[in-house]
Amino acid sequence: MNRLIPLACALGALAAATALAQQPRSAVEEIERYRAALGDGNPAELWEARGETLWKEQRGPKNASLERCDLGLGPGVVKGAYAVLPKYFPDSDKVEDLESRLVTCMVTLQGLKPEDARKDPFGGPGKKVPMDALVAYITSQSRGMTMNVALNHPKEKEAYEVGKKIFFYRAGPHDFGCVTCHGADNQRIRLQDLPNLMKTSDAQRAYGSWPAYRVSQGELRSFQWRLNDCFRQQRFPELEFVSPASIALTMFLARNSNGGVFDAPSIKR
Amino acid sequence: MADPMKIRAAMAGDKVEVKVLMSHEMESGQRKDAKGQTIPAWFIQNVTATHNGRTVLSAEWGPAVAKNPFLSFRFAGGKPGDKVVITWTDNHGDKRTDEATIA
Repeated sequence: MNRLIPLACALGALAAATALAQQPRSAVEEIERYRAALGDGNPAELWEARGETLWKEQRGPKNASLERCDLGLGPGVVKGAYAVLPKYFPDSDKVEDLESRLVTCMVTLQGLKPEDARKDPFGGPGKKVPMDALVAYITSQSRGMTMNVALNHPKEKEAYEVGKKIFFYRAGPHDFGCVTCHGADNQRIRLQDLPNLMKTSDAQRAYGSWPAYRVSQGELRSFQWRLNDCFRQQRFPELEFVSPASIALTMFLARNSNGGVFDAPSIKR
Repeated sequence: MADPMKIRAAMAGDKVEVKVLMSHEMESGQRKDAKGQTIPAWFIQNVTATHNGRTVLSAEWGPAVAKNPFLSFRFAGGKPGDKVVITWTDNHGDKRTDEATIA
């Protein structure tokens, strides 16, 4: 990877020099070029491969694989499943996103205790967790599909409304809400442009680009991680993994991306 | 045991283009953990690529190569259906060999 970065930088410098003679290229375009240069060897593929093995591997007290897990399109159907999540599941009688559903299947199929299934939600230095790999594999099977999240069941509607409330709710020491950064055009943190999630095109592009391999962290980051880190940046209390609040907010954002093309796991700076 | 590599090999004109993703921490030995202890160096030292038993690439790597490295190179003399074998060895002596068929 480090061979690529200097190369990308060198290309960038060359392009910048050429561009000066013609017309200035925006920082956004340069970042896009950087992503394109890295995208060819996206390490997310390593997580996808590991996730596929884990999906089929017999694990847990019941020594069972997850292959019979119903992700929303019927038991064992992985292709396109992420594009319809979150959704209401009659067996658990709640709205579930992918991570929550995987926890449910680890409990019901593999016999894990709920607290054990939820215990290691995110990887870190020297720590690889099954959840990240499973998320990478399952989301990769929806790449290129159109987001199609339903809002039929009363609990789905309720989750959407709760998610909307959380999105607009301002609190914490900075009196921040999601909407503070994601409710207007052309907002940014340092050089990172922030999507205006009130706009359909931005909402579709943003939701369709997670999970992602974060080059700066060397990790595959799930959507649950994305929300958890947004809460941290807002100085909110920690967003609990697969909590109803996290699923409701995911529901709000996923539903608003309906009609957009899902294109992840992606790669980010 | 290290995770498998992802290897793609395809014809690019009259040459074979190989793209390899390796799963490795590539710890530089320069970083410290939360307790202030140095995290020991742990990185891939040697990478070799062979085509029909002939070495087409041999590299010595150091701690400055990033985590989960991506390697891309081209060589002459391959044809579709041939096998390309990649091996890496790290400074712990851990080894990983994977192969791909040229498309």
